[in-house]
Amino acid sequence: MKEIVVISGKGGTGKTSLTASFAMLGGKNLVVADCDVDAADMHLLLQPVVKTEEDFHSGYVAVIDKEMCVDCGECAAVCRFEAISLVENHYTVSALNCEGCGYCARICPVGAIAMEEQNVGKLYVSDTKANNIMVHARLRSGADNSGKLVARAKKEAMQIARKTGKEFVIVDGSPGIGCPVVSSLSGADFVVLVTEPTVSGLHDLKRVYELVNRFRIAAGCIINKADLNADIATQIKAYLRENNIILISDLPYDEAFTAAMTMGQTIVEYDAGKLAELLSASWNMILQIITKEQQ
Amino acid sequence: MKIAIASGKGGTGKTTLSTNLAVYLAEQHHVVLTDLDVEEPNSGLFIHGRQTHGQDMFKLIPNWDKAACFLCGKCQEVCSFHAVMKLGSMVMVFPELCHSCHACSELCPAQALPMQAVKMGELRQYQAGKLDFIESRLDVGQEQAVPLIAQSLEFVDKNFASTCIKLYDAPPGTSCPVIKATQDADLVILITEPTPFGLHDLKLAIETMREMQKAFVVVVNRFGIGNDEVLRYCEAENIQVLAKLPNDRHIAELYSRGELIYPHIPEFAAQLRLIGDFITNHQGGHL
Repeated sequence: MKEIVVISGKGGTGKTSLTASFAMLGGKNLVVADCDVDAADMHLLLQPVVKTEEDFHSGYVAVIDKEMCVDCGECAAVCRFEAISLVENHYTVSALNCEGCGYCARICPVGAIAMEEQNVGKLYVSDTKANNIMVHARLRSGADNSGKLVARAKKEAMQIARKTGKEFVIVDGSPGIGCPVVSSLSGADFVVLVTEPTVSGLHDLKRVYELVNRFRIAAGCIINKADLNADIATQIKAYLRENNIILISDLPYDEAFTAAMTMGQTIVEYDAGKLAELLSASWNMILQIITKEQQ
Repeated sequence: MKIAIASGKGGTGKTTLSTNLAVYLAEQHHVVLTDLDVEEPNSGLFIHGRQTHGQDMFKLIPNWDKAACFLCGKCQEVCSFHAVMKLGSMVMVFPELCHSCHACSELCPAQALPMQAVKMGELRQYQAGKLDFIESRLDVGQEQAVPLIAQSLEFVDKNFASTCIKLYDAPPGTSCPVIKATQDADLVILITEPTPFGLHDLKLAIETMREMQKAFVVVVNRFGIGNDEVLRYCEAENIQVLAKLPNDRHIAELYSRGELIYPHIPEFAAQLRLIGDFITNHQGGHL
């Protein structure tokens, strides 16, 4: 079983639209995991029917017992996150700022601070219209620990794939290079980088690939909206060659991406023409690459 | 006045709006634009100024002093992040897991874990006319954006008067980096696109802003694509839509080359003016 992770560095390059199309093309051979837990959108295209859901607890938040508190202020003095301050003459925790380190609870002389486990979101296992099983999550707004939720969603997807004998897990990752992205890369067999020929697209591609390269994972790249700027598309291709990143495909700037999304469809459902052909060829190429790696 | 530009969904135009708005407002006002999308900072690709300052940014990580340590294991016990571990006769520190809470260091009875500065990124300052531009850039491999965002905000507060217009280009999403980047703002501009993804992520962003009790307004980008659900939602929720930036392939091409949009596209400039007027009308006053 192989794990394919789709990331982009920059947001809005078409990552989710492409991953959902690959999920359609891969059908019952794969488990799909939406690990862009901050802004999980894939369910809008794959219309999953939820089979199971569970609360996800991770991290802690300090809670001061007002009855026991003697307002000595030692907690506020040790807190490095400005999470404890005087509100109407009583020390109060701002849950948004609390990192859950528990330092305050350890040093409170009267034992008035408890560390409470936080419910940071929900994890779902669903059936999609593409006949795949989908693992998706919803992070409670403003919650911390998205990296851990990503790790949990991936683990669930891998377990399901193993149990049900699926060949692939495809993961839709987050933008950026921080903890959710690092979490999504751990254990991956192949990374699909989605970029666009803009100054930002190229800049962000280089940074995210630097991260991928640290994990020594083989990577391929899809250049979306490739005809938007021929010069930068050429620069991207040169960068790919220098770094042994496989060019999977060039996709045209096409508002069909938006039109399909507006109808709640993947691109391969919406467009039966050239774009669908290109996506189908891209998916076949990804499969070829990872099967070759297996040998 | 502090204004954060945030979005929920990535790629909706945060950087386009931040850079165009900053340069436009700086035609008349002292503006400080800070790129807080430290994982993938892009504003600098559109702002061309003279570098006036640069510094490495550090976070504090415990550093094991073998000679002083008598292996009591207190450090491991007090670390909530499994960043310090006693393994046999060694103590190992895992910097990428450390949140710099200082608990292990200060509670160590032997003072064997002094905090040591470790580089996490860089901050650079540029000047272009009345615009000061600050870019913070997380080193690749560093996982936590929040400490760098927090220090960048402190830098701006310390170095610029509260009378200037401070714009913050926030990271995408709704989790901790976004909270940090928008926490001090007087106003948050949420930029979205009129598509199902745009609407879905806008709702999450609004939920977050409401929890934080932030004043916010919406700007719709690529207006003309998708459908009118975003506008209908904002109307039903009584949320002000400040401007509708047009959808135009020419805009996408200008962006792709790292150029500002408003000097070339009058329709874009007209909408940008609406946002600029809103900000200058509220400057110094209450929202």
